[in-house]
Amino acid sequence: MATATAAQTAQPAAESAPIPNVSKDELIKFYREMLLIRRFEEKAGQLYGMGLIGGFCHLYIGQEAVVVGLEAATEEGDKRVTSYRDHGHMLACGMDARGVMAELTGREGGYSKGKGGSMHMFSKERHFYGGHGIVAAQVPIGAGLAFADKYLGNGRVTFAYFGDGAANQGQVYEAYNMAQLWALPVVFVIENNQYAMGTSVKRSTMSRTYWERGAAYGIAGEEVDGMDVLAVKAAGQRAVEHCRSGAGPYILEVKTYRYRGHSMSDPAKYRTREEVQKMKEERDPIEHVRSMLLTGNHATEDDLKAIDREIKEIVNEAAEFSKESPEPDVSELWTDIVA
Amino acid sequence: MATNILMPALSPTMEEGTLARWLKKEGDAVKSGDILAEIETDKATMEFEAVDEGILGKILVSEGTEGVKVNAPIAVLLAEGEDASAAVPSGGLGSADPEDRANLDQAPVGDIAGTGDSPTTAEKKMADPMAEAPVPATPASLVTQSGNGQWSADRLSDVPEGTATKTMTVREALREAMSEEMRRDETVFLMGEEVGEYQGAYKISQGMLDEFGPRRVIDTPITEHGFAGIGVGAAFGGLRPIVEFMTFNFAMQAMDHLINSAAKTLYMSGGQMGCPIVFRGPNGAAARVAAQHSQDFAAWFMQVPGLRVVMPYSASDAKGLMKTAIRDPNPVIFLENEILYGRSFEVPVMDDFTIPFGKAKVERVGKDVTIVSFGIGMTYALQAAEELGKQGIEAEVINLRSLRPLDLPTVLESVRKTNRCVTVEEGWPQGSVGSYLGSQIMREAFDFLDAPVISLTGKDVPMPYAANLEKLALVTVPEVIDAVKQVTYR
Ligand SMILES: Cc1ncc(C[n+]2csc(CCOP(=O)(O)OP(=O)(O)O)c2C)c(N)n1
Ligand SMILES: [Mg+2]
Repeated sequence: MATATAAQTAQPAAESAPIPNVSKDELIKFYREMLLIRRFEEKAGQLYGMGLIGGFCHLYIGQEAVVVGLEAATEEGDKRVTSYRDHGHMLACGMDARGVMAELTGREGGYSKGKGGSMHMFSKERHFYGGHGIVAAQVPIGAGLAFADKYLGNGRVTFAYFGDGAANQGQVYEAYNMAQLWALPVVFVIENNQYAMGTSVKRSTMSRTYWERGAAYGIAGEEVDGMDVLAVKAAGQRAVEHCRSGAGPYILEVKTYRYRGHSMSDPAKYRTREEVQKMKEERDPIEHVRSMLLTGNHATEDDLKAIDREIKEIVNEAAEFSKESPEPDVSELWTDIVA
Repeated sequence: MATNILMPALSPTMEEGTLARWLKKEGDAVKSGDILAEIETDKATMEFEAVDEGILGKILVSEGTEGVKVNAPIAVLLAEGEDASAAVPSGGLGSADPEDRANLDQAPVGDIAGTGDSPTTAEKKMADPMAEAPVPATPASLVTQSGNGQWSADRLSDVPEGTATKTMTVREALREAMSEEMRRDETVFLMGEEVGEYQGAYKISQGMLDEFGPRRVIDTPITEHGFAGIGVGAAFGGLRPIVEFMTFNFAMQAMDHLINSAAKTLYMSGGQMGCPIVFRGPNGAAARVAAQHSQDFAAWFMQVPGLRVVMPYSASDAKGLMKTAIRDPNPVIFLENEILYGRSFEVPVMDDFTIPFGKAKVERVGKDVTIVSFGIGMTYALQAAEELGKQGIEAEVINLRSLRPLDLPTVLESVRKTNRCVTVEEGWPQGSVGSYLGSQIMREAFDFLDAPVISLTGKDVPMPYAANLEKLALVTVPEVIDAVKQVTYR
């Protein structure tokens, strides 16, 4: 008998909720980490426009609280795997902005020596397993990472991130079934940004509470407000605890929004400018933390400006590095094909 | 400090665009995220957002201007308090350094340098697969230039002499073929990701939802294995589905239905029921999209009995073969190419223009060597032939078009005349289309060969992202020229 049940804890956006129990230091950390992702992505968009980045480039702007909140619930050694929309995940798990940007420009100093590009980066050291271009392929791979951890008995948890569009792929459900059957320590994170390229959630499924889909397999899960980094972290902690206790997988459906087009070449005609504007104005995850910092008297405008400058510095330096780093040596064409 | 706002690159293949409309005017305050202008690329009209804040000091490129090169300054952004006299349209902060620019300029596919050296402008122009000039379906000058081509007229052209033609892109030709067939046959429908409301990820099905409605132009969720299977079932049930894969890379998710369900049913049912279905979409390398999104599956599919496999080069091929594919009673794998979508060719104007499967086309007549290719490989083959012509080597260029059935007789007839052969494709070398052709030529025309057949392919590596490595991974025009010189001992 499966013991886990789907625990509904979906809550509306915590607009007027009491100031949560969170330290100043942690709020500042969240602010800094989310801002780094946003500024990094803006810079990437700019470099793409200049032709320094080619091919597909999927920005994470708007979704920053998801990965920053969940990373705050991890321990050293926990693993993560995601799709092509991966820059934010890499920065949040501690990968170096310079190495990520240099991969975007296809240079030797990039995480994959320039051979992977925006969609394909990895860091064994930071337990980041990619960077996958085929929609949903990372989901069973995440379950497999968890399989290895369970097999080795090392107490680690894996976060497998995927989109609302990916959630319709069959392999997700094959992975769910086995993950629960074998009680694998994997958190399935659905980053529901409401669109898969130009297809809204409404146009792709009648089963729109994605977290509940695990119930058919006996997998516990919940919906989370992905524009509120504190709510995301709290949900992440519940999920991690569940997995580490040996109870098997857990599903988090994180409601979020991407501000930019699907990739740099998407004109995004499938939604109104007003819809995007409303999200930016009313639910921006960074503004949320910023106002908590200011209203809680944790920081002054000047303090935050100083952080802004610091982040800008890091991003500019990453951009410089990514332009100066040379193209990979031509001999690299023939390396790393087989071990 | 005044900075230049540069024309952005807004898609992987964009080199220039039209500045359709300014949404800010001179003197307006601009903040990060504001929409500055609308820019038309080859595929869509895009909004161009501001990155930095300031005042729009001067507009350098007025709206409606076409052919604005990526990275050209289009406006000047002033810092707070600066006046317009600071707006000197020189290098400025935004301009890429010259080295980066050189990289941008290199056409990702078909660059003839191949060695990592910077090609000259003239060379680049020649090698640029995106070159705008329409390519005649069969250039008359090429057909007549060599007196010794004994080809019957139907090998040289798909239509009688004097048939009127019109210029259209491969993209338009595919759309026209599908639309004509859907008008003709009510059982034909189109299904795939983003084919309807989004108008197609690569705009092949633009306007088709409007004309045919959601019953016949169907947006699917991202579930390739599922909708390929549904397509097969619908074909069993009496319909004629066209299933679009956003790219063939994603058809790997659906491979089981392509091979096990679609290809084998006619045989397994003792001929009772087959599977009339078209699986189509872009195949092969695009620009800078790395290993999981750049690969040519022609040789894989060509292996499978029960399938038809076609790979058009020109718009004319695309149109004629697509109409045949939709009418064919078998499952057809229709391999398109993103880089060719925007290229223009002459297409016959006829009530019902079709090209039979299994019929190659002699695109250029020559006596010294046979170059066999298909799909985008034809661009390298034809460019090489052109260059070789200047050096006194007359190459005969054969466009296979369909890989299964394969027109071996035409290839053999040519090789028996020229005694030498080079094959060109983008896919990997081991088990390539060329290696099969080579083995067949060896068996059937051994005594006619004056040199071993050379099969040119993409390199035996996953596609790298880095611009310099990507160029090296692809087959190039100089490689074709070199190979021809090897087999002709020059
Ligand atoms: C198997 C497969 N099919 C189609 C695609 C093309 N594609 C890339 S991203 C995407 C949309 C995915 O949407 P979602 O899962 O919601 O993730 P998001 O982009 O919103 O982060 C599509 C259709 C692909 N990469 N892989
Ligand atoms: Mg999505």
